[in-house]
Amino acid sequence: YINIYSGHTNNWAVLVCTSRFWFNYRHVANTLSVYRSVKRLGIPDSHIVLMLADDMACNHRNPKPATVFSHKNMELNVYGDDVEVDYRGYEVTVENFLRILTGRLPPSTPRSKRLLSDDRSNILIYLTGHGGNGFLKFQDSEEISNVELADAFEQMWQKRRYNELLFIIDTCQGASMYERFYSPNLMALASSQVGEDSLSHQPDLAIGVHLMDRYTFYLLEFLEDIHPASKTNMNDLFKVCPKSQCVSTPGHRTDLFLRDPGSVLITDFFGSVRKVELTMETINLTDPIEQLESGELQKEMHTYADQLPVSEIIHQKPKQKDWHPPDGFILGLWTLILLVFFQTYGVKHLKHIF
Amino acid sequence: EANAVIIPQCSHIPPGRRGCLMETTVSPNKEELVIRPLHSGDIYTSFQFRTLWETDFTRENKVSHYRLFPKSLGQVISKFSVRELHISFTQGYWRTMQWGQPYLPSPPGAELWVWFQDSLTDVDGTWKELTNVLSGIFCASLNFIDSTNTVQPSASFKPLGIGNVTDHQIVCTENLTPWKKLLPCGSKAGLAVLLKSEKLFHSSFHSQAVHIRPVCKDDQCKTTSWELRQTLNVVFDLHNSGQGKNEWSLFKMFSRTLTEACPVASSSKIYIDITDNSQGEQFELSPATPLLSQAVVLGDRRTFSVYDLTQQITFGTICNVLKLPVTYSAHAGDMLRPLLHAERYVAGYGLQTGEIHTLMYNNHPYRSFPVLLLDSVPWYLRLYIHTLTVTSKGKDNKPSYIHYQPSKDRVRPHLLEMLVQLPPNSVTEVTLQFERALLKWTEYTPDPNHGFYVGSSVISSLVPSIVAMDTNNSRERPLFSSFFPSKEESSYFVRVYTEPLLVNLPTPDFSMPYNVICLTCTVVAVGYGSLYNLLTRSFQIEEPSPGLAKRIANIIRKMRGVPPL
Repeated sequence: YINIYSGHTNNWAVLVCTSRFWFNYRHVANTLSVYRSVKRLGIPDSHIVLMLADDMACNHRNPKPATVFSHKNMELNVYGDDVEVDYRGYEVTVENFLRILTGRLPPSTPRSKRLLSDDRSNILIYLTGHGGNGFLKFQDSEEISNVELADAFEQMWQKRRYNELLFIIDTCQGASMYERFYSPNLMALASSQVGEDSLSHQPDLAIGVHLMDRYTFYLLEFLEDIHPASKTNMNDLFKVCPKSQCVSTPGHRTDLFLRDPGSVLITDFFGSVRKVELTMETINLTDPIEQLESGELQKEMHTYADQLPVSEIIHQKPKQKDWHPPDGFILGLWTLILLVFFQTYGVKHLKHIF
Repeated sequence: EANAVIIPQCSHIPPGRRGCLMETTVSPNKEELVIRPLHSGDIYTSFQFRTLWETDFTRENKVSHYRLFPKSLGQVISKFSVRELHISFTQGYWRTMQWGQPYLPSPPGAELWVWFQDSLTDVDGTWKELTNVLSGIFCASLNFIDSTNTVQPSASFKPLGIGNVTDHQIVCTENLTPWKKLLPCGSKAGLAVLLKSEKLFHSSFHSQAVHIRPVCKDDQCKTTSWELRQTLNVVFDLHNSGQGKNEWSLFKMFSRTLTEACPVASSSKIYIDITDNSQGEQFELSPATPLLSQAVVLGDRRTFSVYDLTQQITFGTICNVLKLPVTYSAHAGDMLRPLLHAERYVAGYGLQTGEIHTLMYNNHPYRSFPVLLLDSVPWYLRLYIHTLTVTSKGKDNKPSYIHYQPSKDRVRPHLLEMLVQLPPNSVTEVTLQFERALLKWTEYTPDPNHGFYVGSSVISSLVPSIVAMDTNNSRERPLFSSFFPSKEESSYFVRVYTEPLLVNLPTPDFSMPYNVICLTCTVVAVGYGSLYNLLTRSFQIEEPSPGLAKRIANIIRKMRGVPPL
């Protein structure tokens, strides 16, 4: 019995851009174009964790502020008017990325920064930046290796944090990042094989940088044709960007995936399917609001506080500092002094003191 | 306690009604837009949206019915026992000398000031959780706020405040999107329709803020209600954004037009400052409006043309386009010079020491007034307080109050508060020397050569006003003139922020660990290897191999059967 249906009930997306500095504009544009497609196909902002390592839209070098373009001649603004970036700037680190995946975040982290997936979630993970054979560089100061990534996915599998996972990476030598995966239900796509570089698409002379990478550019073109009800499957996604367009050879890995890729719909990962159950029963709502006792409450005269009470400030008494018990260093020092004293002058003096 | 403080309490409810959980029948939502052409040719626009809500978060039963007040903020207030909260995100620096005073001052970057209820015991823990929750709501990196850059000023802001003026925050559409979602009408109707991010961020100054505080409901001020104000201040530079002619309209500035007022707003107005245009010589408004209003704001009496969006006749013309053919000649001398102005810069050379100079200008011809200067310097700039000097007009000016809390490495920053009397028509200079510290190599940001930011200084002052201020704080007034309540008629409260500083810390060479490992391994390998060989190698005597002639001779001898040489 081969399962052709996915059996997932919710969709999540983790989209990461790992590069900083203005000349890496294209990586931010890559991530934002995937974000845009994923939002268009139905995944809400609360289910997307977007990490951008630098701000290109309001960067002072951007001639058109609050925009990030993916096509030259400024045809398509992928930044849009309704974008929510969950991790920005210095927060995009290897540690935060692994914590999001494994769910081990400090308790005060807000919901929008967490990946609250369960065992019926299909997760899309998209990484882009500068990479090499077996590693991906984060912000020019640290790397994540393919072994760490594979172990993180295994942790996710052990904790039942995903049903199926699609991993897409657009970096140089991207195929090396999925070589070490060993957990079930993982499908991976990369923009180039080991030993090859992923190339960028086209520069825009008005902005002055390259706008997109080739693989993601053709991926975006492919996704623009998908709508929430389309039946395109993964085999079409593997054909995106052949060598003639991409110059590098995109690769994919499906041996860990239990279903046949031909039966996996694109919307299983890029779109969000919500199952609605209609019922004809009526449900009685109880009245939750209680009657207040009409007691007499104290009414005080309130006034606005004085913003600059000069006379009070001048005559302010200094705050009493709390008394702290002496810490270990002081206690040790005094013990040493006392010991030396009694050693020199003899123990017989002790009984005169105590 | 001598200071009167506001204690929000549930008002007295007659029996039969459902208590605090029901909101008031009067629609408490007000929105307004003020447009002021500035003398430098820029246009200053200020949006304010206000929502009032009568409820009591301090009572035990949780509030669960939210109508116009956003639920995310209401839950934040009740969970963290917040009494007052001010958060602002600003991009750009407000140029006081060219633009005058803003209606609501804000420093570049992000700023968060919170007052907690007296019943709160663990302030530090609550502060940390609150900053994390707010960073999630506003998509901002507020979670970098921790004890190393938070201060508790003793006098600058109202007592018991905890605050933080963060250095460098990039403000972009991702901060504007959640801000717009907090508005009752969202960005679908009313004035919020004009908020299109592409035009808003293409400006010289952009600041958005959220202020939550309890306010008096009526004259007697026996009961209070919660007020949420969302403000957005933008200064457009029309020459920069490609407008060749000296005319502007709502469509040209915001690339959107107004079609209807927000249905839940009780008042929705646009005010255009026409004080400098009393005879109509500088510009002309179209469509003209008969409504005029006068207000005393920032110590000056200004006249405004009012467009009321709740009246249907305002929308009579096509797309409500306002054209203003303006001819700006050099009227710089006519502008009222701001009475209080401040600058700050870093002096010195090299990467070891430096000096912070703060200049405060008092431009009043004959009155002096006190200012309170609050400086919060991060711990990695070690301040030498014994070098603090305050001079006015060349002479020493002793402050009447100084509060200094020294920093603790990696725990808290320096806090310096001083109350200085500024003599009339003078410049007061505050200088302070510092030394730069070397950070641990993991504490550097990924781009350390950019430099490290020092937050703005805050200068609070009561400035003498030309016109008598209105001290009756409960009367209905336009929002832009009622933010800081005035206590006396002869002066008004002003807060000025200086520029943030950017200092370079001595940056190590981050490739050094790699270099050190290579060098050490090479030295160890070569040194140890040689020593090991010397100690364990045994030498054997070996005959050197004979030359070519001798070898041939030996071969011939072997063939003859004679012993070799």
